[in-house]
Amino acid sequence: MTFQAGQRVRVAARAHEGHHRTPAYVKGKSGRVERIHGAFTNPETRAYGGDGLPEQRLYLVGFDPSDLWPGSGGQTRDRVQVDIYEHWLEDAG
Amino acid sequence: MTEHDHEHDHPHTPIADDEQPAAARARVLEEVLVEKGAIRRADTRQEIDWLVSRSPADGARLVARAWVDPQFKERLLSDAREAALELGLDPGPSPVVVAVENTPPVHHMVVCTLCSCYPRALLGPPPHWYKSLPYRSRAVSDPRGVLAEFGVGLEDDVELRVLDSTANIRYLVIPRRPSGTEGLGENELAALVTRDSMIGVAQPSAPGEPPRQS
Repeated sequence: MTFQAGQRVRVAARAHEGHHRTPAYVKGKSGRVERIHGAFTNPETRAYGGDGLPEQRLYLVGFDPSDLWPGSGGQTRDRVQVDIYEHWLEDAG
Repeated sequence: MTEHDHEHDHPHTPIADDEQPAAARARVLEEVLVEKGAIRRADTRQEIDWLVSRSPADGARLVARAWVDPQFKERLLSDAREAALELGLDPGPSPVVVAVENTPPVHHMVVCTLCSCYPRALLGPPPHWYKSLPYRSRAVSDPRGVLAEFGVGLEDDVELRVLDSTANIRYLVIPRRPSGTEGLGENELAALVTRDSMIGVAQPSAPGEPPRQS
C-alpha cells in the first residue's frame, strides 16, 4: 500500500526477530506522512547478505510527542519525525 | 550454564571502559573478513582515511553559500547531493543527504536513536555525545531539555522538529544566519557555522565570538 503526504498512518506493532530499522518507541503509534523519500533496498534482508529486494518506499512520519510519551503534554506543535519503511506502515484513516 | 560457571579463585577485572572490547571485536572481525577474502585491509584503511578527511568545514561552506544565495539554498533544500557537487564537495557514497532549514518559527535537531547515522561525508565523524545512549534516548523524549543543556532556549511558540534518521537519509540542518552578519563575506560566514549548529543543537557563533564546540 502506498501512502500520500498528509495521510494518517500507524506503525505496525509487530515484533521482528533480527535487524530492522523501526524504533520500538514508535511501534503501534500513529502519525502523519510528512515526506516521501523514494524507494530503498530493505535493510532487514540486506543485513544478512540478501539483495534487499523488493525495494521499500521510505516515508518521513511525524508524531505528536504526547502520543509517544503519554503525560508529556505541553508543546502542542512539536513533532518527532522518523523515517519508516512502507512495509511497517498501515492506513490509520 | 555460562562460561562463568566455575570456582571463583581468580579476581575479575571490572570492565571500566567499553571502548576496548569494541575495538577488539572490530579487530577480530576485520581479521576474519580479510582471511575469508571478503575485504582487503587496504580497503578498510582507505575508507577510514576518507572518513577522517571529512570535516564540518564542508557542511559550513554549504550553509554559508545558502545564506548568501537564496537560489542556492533552494537547490540545497531540494537536492543536497547536487548542491554539494556544485561547490566541488564530495557528498560521499550512497546515503541520501537531506537539508532542512531552521527559521524563526521552526527549529530542527537531528538524532539517530538506533545507532549513529550522521552526514559523515559533509560533517566528518560524529561527536562522541551524538553516539551516546543519553543523547539518543533523550533527544526524542525530552528534546527541549536537551537543547537547554546545549544552551539553546526555544520559545514555546517555536515548533521543534526532532529528526530521527533511522534509515537511508542523513539530515543536515541549515541553521539561522546570525544577526549582525550582513556585511560578512561567504568565508567569514562559514567560520561561524559550527558542527553542532548543523546538528541543530546549537546556534551558529555570533560575529566576533570564538566558535563554541562541545
